[in-house]
Amino acid sequence: MTVEQVLFYLFALGAIAGCSGVVLSRNPINSAVSLVAAFFFLAGNYVLLHANFMAIVQILVYAGAIMVLFLFVLMLLNQRDEELGKRTFSIAPLLGIFAAAVVSVSIGAGFMSYRNATANFPADVPLSFGTAEQIGRSLMTTHLLPFELVSLLLLIGIVSAVVVAKRRL
Amino acid sequence: MSLTLEHYLLLSAALFTIGAVGLVTRRNVIVLFMCVEIMLNAANLALIAFSRFHLVADGQMFAFCVMAVAAAEAGIGLAIMVNIFRHKKSLLVDDLNVFKN
Repeated sequence: MTVEQVLFYLFALGAIAGCSGVVLSRNPINSAVSLVAAFFFLAGNYVLLHANFMAIVQILVYAGAIMVLFLFVLMLLNQRDEELGKRTFSIAPLLGIFAAAVVSVSIGAGFMSYRNATANFPADVPLSFGTAEQIGRSLMTTHLLPFELVSLLLLIGIVSAVVVAKRRL
Repeated sequence: MSLTLEHYLLLSAALFTIGAVGLVTRRNVIVLFMCVEIMLNAANLALIAFSRFHLVADGQMFAFCVMAVAAAEAGIGLAIMVNIFRHKKSLLVDDLNVFKN
């Protein structure tokens, strides 16, 4: 096993464990913290894929901004262990097994139809691949319209969050 | 045998499945949101793996846009949740049945 493979399996197991922790833990705070851990492991996988800029953005935006927002709302609303009480008979586990079967079968079918012998990654990666320079240049030239649309979307997000959460305008 | 595209696609599929299972089994709205974030991240991983496979950075642009959408969605969704909690004093999906009957 090369170093790359060891790191991949480490990061993959970490990401799967973190995401399972989100689904399995009773306390939403624990879910949020294990989701942060899963995001860090995913960022490690992005580094293995030579997407260095995306790894940094993953940590800054997801683990930094979005999860802080989640934790802030969880603590503001004081959601603790509320799923423990008043649980009558629930079909949730059955539904979960059914959903897992449906999703994994459909993804597996697509995967098998795509599967080919040339799935090896190209060996020589250009030095500039995935750097902030390349991403920034691409955002400002070929992908300028999506970039502007994203900025508009974020503006709408800010305004509507304020409008929705405000008690009265 | 070295790492191939299939390793990353399988990891992405596993994460997406975990997110989908959480989406139908959990009852807290905030945890449901976290499951949606897991599914978006699984899609991001597949996009970035394909970007590495073809050595074209467009997949990373897609992932970048997905992250921006996730950020906007989290902001608006959590604002809606604060409002729901203010009215219903609960964030369990079982209690959010105003449209029933």
